[in-house]
Amino acid sequence: MMTAPLLNSRQRDLVNKILVTGIATFVLLTFIAPLGYMFTTAIKSTKQMGDSGAPWYWPFSIKSVEYQGKALEIYQVPLPEGMRELAILKKTNAQTTFLDPQNLEAEPIVWEGNWRKLDPVYVSDAQWQNFKQAWDDLNFPLLFRNSVLLAGVGTFGDVLSAILVSYGFARFNFRGKNVLFMILIATIILPVQATLIPTYLVFAKIGWTNTLLPLIVPHFFANGYNVFLLRQYFMQIPRELDEAAMIDGANPLQVLFQVIIPQSIPAITAVSLFHFFFAWNDFFTPLVYLASSPELWPLSVGLQKFNALYGRLPNLIQTGALITLVLPVTIFFFAQRIFMQGIVFTGVEK
Amino acid sequence: MALSQTRSLSQTTSKSGSFLSRSQERWGYFFLSPWIIGFLVFTLIPILGTLYFSLTNYSPVTPDETKFLGFGNYKTMLTDAKVAKSLVVTIKYAALSIPVSFIVGLGLAVLVNAKNLAGKNFFRTMFYMPAMIPVVAGALVWAGVMNTQTGWMNQMLETAGVQGPDWLNDPGWIYAALVFIGLWGLGNLMLTLLAGMQGVPTELYEAATIDGANGWQKFMKITLPMISPVIFYNMTLMLIGAFKYFDLAYVLKNGTGGPADSTLFYNLNLYKNAFTYNLMGYGSALAWVLFLIVLALTLVLFRTANMWVYYGGEGRN
Repeated sequence: MMTAPLLNSRQRDLVNKILVTGIATFVLLTFIAPLGYMFTTAIKSTKQMGDSGAPWYWPFSIKSVEYQGKALEIYQVPLPEGMRELAILKKTNAQTTFLDPQNLEAEPIVWEGNWRKLDPVYVSDAQWQNFKQAWDDLNFPLLFRNSVLLAGVGTFGDVLSAILVSYGFARFNFRGKNVLFMILIATIILPVQATLIPTYLVFAKIGWTNTLLPLIVPHFFANGYNVFLLRQYFMQIPRELDEAAMIDGANPLQVLFQVIIPQSIPAITAVSLFHFFFAWNDFFTPLVYLASSPELWPLSVGLQKFNALYGRLPNLIQTGALITLVLPVTIFFFAQRIFMQGIVFTGVEK
Repeated sequence: MALSQTRSLSQTTSKSGSFLSRSQERWGYFFLSPWIIGFLVFTLIPILGTLYFSLTNYSPVTPDETKFLGFGNYKTMLTDAKVAKSLVVTIKYAALSIPVSFIVGLGLAVLVNAKNLAGKNFFRTMFYMPAMIPVVAGALVWAGVMNTQTGWMNQMLETAGVQGPDWLNDPGWIYAALVFIGLWGLGNLMLTLLAGMQGVPTELYEAATIDGANGWQKFMKITLPMISPVIFYNMTLMLIGAFKYFDLAYVLKNGTGGPADSTLFYNLNLYKNAFTYNLMGYGSALAWVLFLIVLALTLVLFRTANMWVYYGGEGRN
């Protein structure tokens, strides 16, 4: 009699692996199920959304056949000879007249019973033209252009200024440096509302409201978050590199551009991406400053207004949401390593 | 001046004479100038401006009737039912969302850190991904999922024989809805907790194994205490986040604050006063109080900073 263990350790590991990965897959599917809803709804028609009998996971329509200029819906009918797919010609509560979709000229078939008890025959029927409609109704190209402009120019300004400021903090000594750095860190958590009203009033006074300027110009003065990240990175670059360049006669600006920046491309890329998405997703500031200029709205505001307007067309709203999130999500997948390392860097090191 | 020189000063520069340190200083201020100017123009002066406006009844519609009220706006706030409601809404949301987000975030971090998980990077990326979805788009997707007629959430509950609630129109369920939606933004929390877990020295676990501890005991007695600084840091940020909460509430209910003011977050109330009713003096008072609340929470974070700064330096891998 042998009592060998049911599984050896290798097999046990495999079972564990399948179990844990299975759980993770289930959790993940639940977590991103709303994206599935978004996708199928985005390609449904209003009628398909209202059809509770149809399968939920994909747009389906009741199969129909053209007869004398009318579309006849096809149902599954239990006849003595078995289940048949027949097109409804005439329906009453007591009996229904059917045609054979294969042979429309043949004698109609009469079935005693309520047609409502029958199951319709569904065929896949995706409404790809929803994309075209949402694209046009949203005025997507315009919103997209505004978002790219805002996020692009803002990112350029912010990263450029953050590089200068981080270099100042990382490499030079001056009175009040520590205090200034503390203030800089404190501004990260400062709510925009604390400064919003006077800033808004000044921008209104100089005619900047309902232009892109209030959303772009302040970005040219560095923000604490980006400076914090870049300063950490710059401080890790050996000073010997600076000094070698200085011996060759480089001034601090040249050191920055010839030594520090080329050494920091990964960090600068991460900061640029962070800032780009921060600006891309910003909703509050454009809402405040561009309230009466629809032609300047970025995607965030445009999509919200679209929702307020088209509340009765939930399918088109999902189409709109879908075309809005494609770009950020795609960029994320390409740059996920940079993103996720950057987050860990700020979250744990700070 | 040498006294004010910081520790990060390298050996070579500290030995050099006053000419060099003066040039150091000049270059330093030169490079800092964008931020210093920006801080003065876009932060410090506006904050003081907010304080000034908060003492008046300024409205851009009737600028000629502006009067100095002293602390009148602040007194009004004390008796303003909307302010009280907005604070209740904000705190209620924070009290509900912080523990739930934290437990789910920790669960996800444990899951994607599991020794036996195949395709770790894939799962980490996928669980993080929803955090990259623009807030407005995400809100609309969830609003669809929670639709009582066509949403998957209630259809699923129905198959299980449960009548689903009207998530977005029932003041009792809207917070649950907001918490659900908030889960999509958990990526950052998950990743920082994960990094914290990976930073726990493995010797601790080995020692515990020798002492006969099981997995749950190790998690409760080693992992949790060791990552508590990260947890605390994230919780404080989430609390501050509740006071900054705006976008989701605005998008889901088109800025109405409904149903029955149950999404009238502090910030939404501020926005409505300042930009819908044009009560910018009163709005400034609300903004200044918000500033003080966030400042107080930040000070708590800073006062306890040595906890997590020490950790960050030691636990990196």
